[in-house]
Amino acid sequence: MLDKTGIAKRISRELQDGWYVNLGIGIPTLVANFVPEGIDVTFQSENGILGMGPFPTEAEVDADLINAGKQTITALPGAAIFDSATSFAMIRGQHIQLTVLGAMEVSDTGDIANWKIPGKLVKGMGGAMDLVASAENIIVAMMHTNRAGESKLLSECSLPLTGVRCVKKIVTNLAVLEVTPDRGFRLLERAPGVSVEQIKEATAGRLVVEGDIPEMDLS
Amino acid sequence: MNKRVANAREAIAGIQSGMTLMLGGFGLCGIPEKCILALADTDITDLTCISNNAGVDDFGLGLLLHSRQIRKMIASYVGENAEFERQMLSGDLEVDLIPQGSLAERCRAGGAGIPAFFTPAGYGTEVGEGKEVREFNGKPHILETALTADFAIVKAWKGDTDGNLIYKGTARNFNPVMAMAGRITIAEVEELVEPGELDPNQIHTPGVFVQRIFQGDNYEKRIEKRTTR
Repeated sequence: MLDKTGIAKRISRELQDGWYVNLGIGIPTLVANFVPEGIDVTFQSENGILGMGPFPTEAEVDADLINAGKQTITALPGAAIFDSATSFAMIRGQHIQLTVLGAMEVSDTGDIANWKIPGKLVKGMGGAMDLVASAENIIVAMMHTNRAGESKLLSECSLPLTGVRCVKKIVTNLAVLEVTPDRGFRLLERAPGVSVEQIKEATAGRLVVEGDIPEMDLS
Repeated sequence: MNKRVANAREAIAGIQSGMTLMLGGFGLCGIPEKCILALADTDITDLTCISNNAGVDDFGLGLLLHSRQIRKMIASYVGENAEFERQMLSGDLEVDLIPQGSLAERCRAGGAGIPAFFTPAGYGTEVGEGKEVREFNGKPHILETALTADFAIVKAWKGDTDGNLIYKGTARNFNPVMAMAGRITIAEVEELVEPGELDPNQIHTPGVFVQRIFQGDNYEKRIEKRTTR
């Protein structure tokens, strides 16, 4: 079974040289720590920067340089800064090759819910609806089940949707799955030490298991 | 055309109860903190505020929430604010949540004379409910309308007395698009210079969009999440 860092590490293996990538808040942010050697990717933050670097040292902290999670950041050589409309033009116009974000629920047709729990505090969708509506390539990073132990991979989302038929791939603490909208979640890989049975048990939506399912290679 | 006013109090003259304001900033980064402080010092109420976020309890728009001067908030993300939560749950505060990219584009469109546009963001969700849907290139889009405001209030790093503005870092965010969408746009800057001192090639917001400008002193620039390595 993977922890959050393990999920981020597995997702980092999906990065391809030359890609522009938007990372959401939480587990997705950790992906930046594991960019494989020889792969050159540029991170975008939707508040208006391309070429986001690591967190600053105490001396480098600049109130005018933050990411979309409102954390202080640095800008790498070659970075560019722009306004919010330009930022979402990049996103809507599909100039960003990969979006990684968290989710509360994903359906086996690729719907995603991650912004609102009715009856509880509504914080807002931020840029998530724009990102999922337009990205060519969306990977969801999340735990396979919620705190109550219930599956987050469902046949239909029960929470208000962020986007419909948009998620392509899911990396959880148990598995890597591909969304095939007509057939359901296709199991691609197991997390180290996790059996297919465990994944079946933790998945409420349609699960497609074909042939031998390899264990993730995180080396 | 000299657009200089003396201070924040003079800059906000004419803002009345019931008006719609746009305020630049992302979180607390690049917010017009001097004008917000000046507004908190008035008895103007029933404001509709369009801003990506709503500040924190004791800074930014949180100050105007605390003093109950905001009736309606139009934003994309409003976490980090307990007073906001109280007023929203009690029904004292009306809230309209908009996808961030649609919010930015609606402001840009408002300033650019585009009354409405189609976007895929929000299709199939409650954001799309009741909105016209049209398919382009095989993909459904929803119709979103432009936003304008009685006053737009923005914060820039440098400006000249003609209203030309240069922003610094990610403090730019919503400021340029909101500057375009105000019937009257107020710019507060850290450094106000004479025309000719800014390089025309480096201007982010041309002065035509700005009606009033002043230099604020001692910017606090509070950091919401100081994160270091």
